Amino acid sequence: MKIFNYRLVIFILSIIFGIVFSIPSLLQTDTGKKISLGLDLQGGLHMLLGVNTHEAVTSKIKTVATSIKYFSDDEELLIDGLSIENDSVVFTVLDADEMPKMDEMLKQIKGLDISKEDLKYTLKLTAEDIAKTKDLSVAQAVETIRNRLDQFGLSEPTVVRQGQTDIVVELPGIKTQEDEKAARELISKPANLELMAVDEERADQVYTMTSSQAAAYGDVILEDTNNDKVKYLVKEIPILNGSQVVDAQVGFDQSNQPIINFTLNSTGARIFGEFTGKNVGKRLAVVLDGKVYSAPNIRERIGGGSGQISGGFTMIEAGNVAIALRSGALPATVTLLEKRSVGPSLGADSIQASMIALISGFSLVFIFMVIYYRRAGVIANIALITNVFIIIAVMAMFGATLTLPGMAGIVLTVGMAVDANVIITERIRELIREGSSIPKAIEDGYSNAMRAILDANITTLLVAVLLYAYGTGPIKGFAITISIGILASMLTAILGTHGIYEALMSRISRDKDSKKWFGVK
Amino acid sequence: MEIFKTNVIYDFMGKRLPFLGLSSILFIASIVLLLTKGLNFGIDFAGGTIVQVKYEQAAPIDKIRETLKTTKYGNSVITKFGSDEEVIIRITGSSSDLTNDIGDEMHKILVPTGNFEIRRIDMVGAKVGGELREKGLMALSLSLLVMLIYLSVRFEWRFALASVFALVHDITIAMGAISLFSVEVNLDILAAILTLLGYSLNDTIIVFDRIREGIQSSKGTDLKGIINESVSKTLSRTTLTSLTTLFVVATLYFFGGEIISGFSFTLLVGIIVGTYSSIFIAASFLVQLKFSVDDFKTKEAEKVKRQKEKEKLRAMYEQGTV
Repeated sequence: MKIFNYRLVIFILSIIFGIVFSIPSLLQTDTGKKISLGLDLQGGLHMLLGVNTHEAVTSKIKTVATSIKYFSDDEELLIDGLSIENDSVVFTVLDADEMPKMDEMLKQIKGLDISKEDLKYTLKLTAEDIAKTKDLSVAQAVETIRNRLDQFGLSEPTVVRQGQTDIVVELPGIKTQEDEKAARELISKPANLELMAVDEERADQVYTMTSSQAAAYGDVILEDTNNDKVKYLVKEIPILNGSQVVDAQVGFDQSNQPIINFTLNSTGARIFGEFTGKNVGKRLAVVLDGKVYSAPNIRERIGGGSGQISGGFTMIEAGNVAIALRSGALPATVTLLEKRSVGPSLGADSIQASMIALISGFSLVFIFMVIYYRRAGVIANIALITNVFIIIAVMAMFGATLTLPGMAGIVLTVGMAVDANVIITERIRELIREGSSIPKAIEDGYSNAMRAILDANITTLLVAVLLYAYGTGPIKGFAITISIGILASMLTAILGTHGIYEALMSRISRDKDSKKWFGVK
Repeated sequence: MEIFKTNVIYDFMGKRLPFLGLSSILFIASIVLLLTKGLNFGIDFAGGTIVQVKYEQAAPIDKIRETLKTTKYGNSVITKFGSDEEVIIRITGSSSDLTNDIGDEMHKILVPTGNFEIRRIDMVGAKVGGELREKGLMALSLSLLVMLIYLSVRFEWRFALASVFALVHDITIAMGAISLFSVEVNLDILAAILTLLGYSLNDTIIVFDRIREGIQSSKGTDLKGIINESVSKTLSRTTLTSLTTLFVVATLYFFGGEIISGFSFTLLVGIIVGTYSSIFIAASFLVQLKFSVDDFKTKEAEKVKRQKEKEKLRAMYEQGTV
């Protein structure tokens, strides 16, 4: 009599697989792949951020205007009324003979939709370019936020794009409200550094001017960061911006206040050197996110391309600004669309509660099966335990995340996986009652029950797949555990138990006591 | 051990009218509840903010209410959550400002109410709430559609229609219970309802499979008799599998913690209703739909005949005689 049959061998292999791959997760060993706990179980912060992509379009239009201004200044080409209206740049060329020159220059800028009316130009971004700009701004925001969080020193931050304009940020390492706030501030900081020339000719009029009057001179009025009563009149088009910063570090000034030392790239350094050389004696405003941090006098040409931002930072602020500068500016502001934050103690409570539910649910099913079906119940229980091990092992292998609904899914799977064994054993009992021999009853029982079991599993799997496709975070976890559980039950509850019966067949046939095995005479 | 006598055939169909009556009452009551009281949508679908706070001592609910009255969160709803120390504060709005959100403000506002820890803040903006609603509806209708397709492939149309009726019956009553007990409807409740969809259908399919088997093997044409026999034969299977699932769902409900209590409550009600309907209701629909055993047998015979002819043709074709 052979004890090993192919079903039993597969079942034993799956038991070994289940145990080996679930050990790292169950015993929390240092090596090996483990299941990661969802934010609802380990605590942490989940946020959905929306990128205001339109801002990226606006700023691109601004850049177009800037380059036209530089070009016309450089080439001494006379233009009038350069302004931005409804996302388009409008200006008039004074001399018709200079239009070819202007056209030639505009050809260099890609993605422009140019319309001309006599001498008046209207420049728009093409629809294609707007879409591209928006798309790029989200990708860039993801990159920037990821860089910032990496440097912030949080463990395993996740930053991924979702859909057209949204970004999902998950921070499992957040433990306190203060950490959470700091992380949020770091993410949302635009970190837009601009070095701007103070308009010294009209500097004394700054407190009497309106912003539209300032705009007429190509100026803007900015407030001081520490005192909003102090105002500066600066040239609207910056000399340099943060994109030319290659490094930023926290340092200290003579009075031991934290400052930020930044280094420019070679282009930035050249422009900075030229500008400071030409403008000795004038002031240079260091502007961060639209606030003036300082406006020192230029004493001499500054070569080497380094500068500093000072202006009453706290140590933490300085650190954040430095990180933000190093990782680049956000191309557009972000808003909070959804936030789910779970404290670590609540996560621990949830784990405990669901473990209690799992163990007591398990025990109830176990005891019931043994009382009702005797040895057939024991065999079903072996399959059930293996099933749970396999769920854990497969999840660990794929690095899946266990969430609270996922835990509920495992508990539910225990109830449903045993379903297959109930169907099979009921069929076997029926056949025994009808007078079949036990070996025949077992064989026929399995084949008769197959269809019903497949129905049960297919309907549940279909729903699980849809739940995975349309659910979010934790619900996806439910869909995952339930799908794995159902698939594993095919291996354990059907194949595995069948293998055990086959191996025991000679004993069962010799025994004749069907009550002992199936709880029925 | 056996719960049901295996040689007894219960007369389910003879007593189908009282059960259909009971189901109609439950069904109509559920519809009325859903139309008048409606569902208590949680923040996942309605948008808003909830803050779960745990105090070191019993939570001073009145004091919290007083404190909040003086702020712009005066209309928020405060309820005990699980234990005496914990409360949930429900706020209708949400904040889109990343640097200073409702959580930060709550932290400051609640300081005078005692020593506490904010354990959970869930904030769903209006836009996301709308999206989740859309996705939820999509998941629900797609599931129904998939089930319908599955059924129509699996069964004769009256069988399929009867199981759809049973399905609608189960889900409606489960939702009626959700409305009656003001269970907060969030994503997890949707997941529970979708799970029930699969679960309740599969219970019905097993009974119907048996009925079809009974029709094919019986010589008589008495549908009610065949149904009674089939339902009686699957009775212990139907009750037992429901029982094991019920065990685990009940432990989830009682021990699983406050956060998933709505989820397990929905499953608990749904499994009970689903089991009841597959025993007492689903097959009654078949009788009400005037399913005729005779017609079915003729059609089945025709099908078998066609199949045989096809095989014959194929055999001839393969032998090269055509």
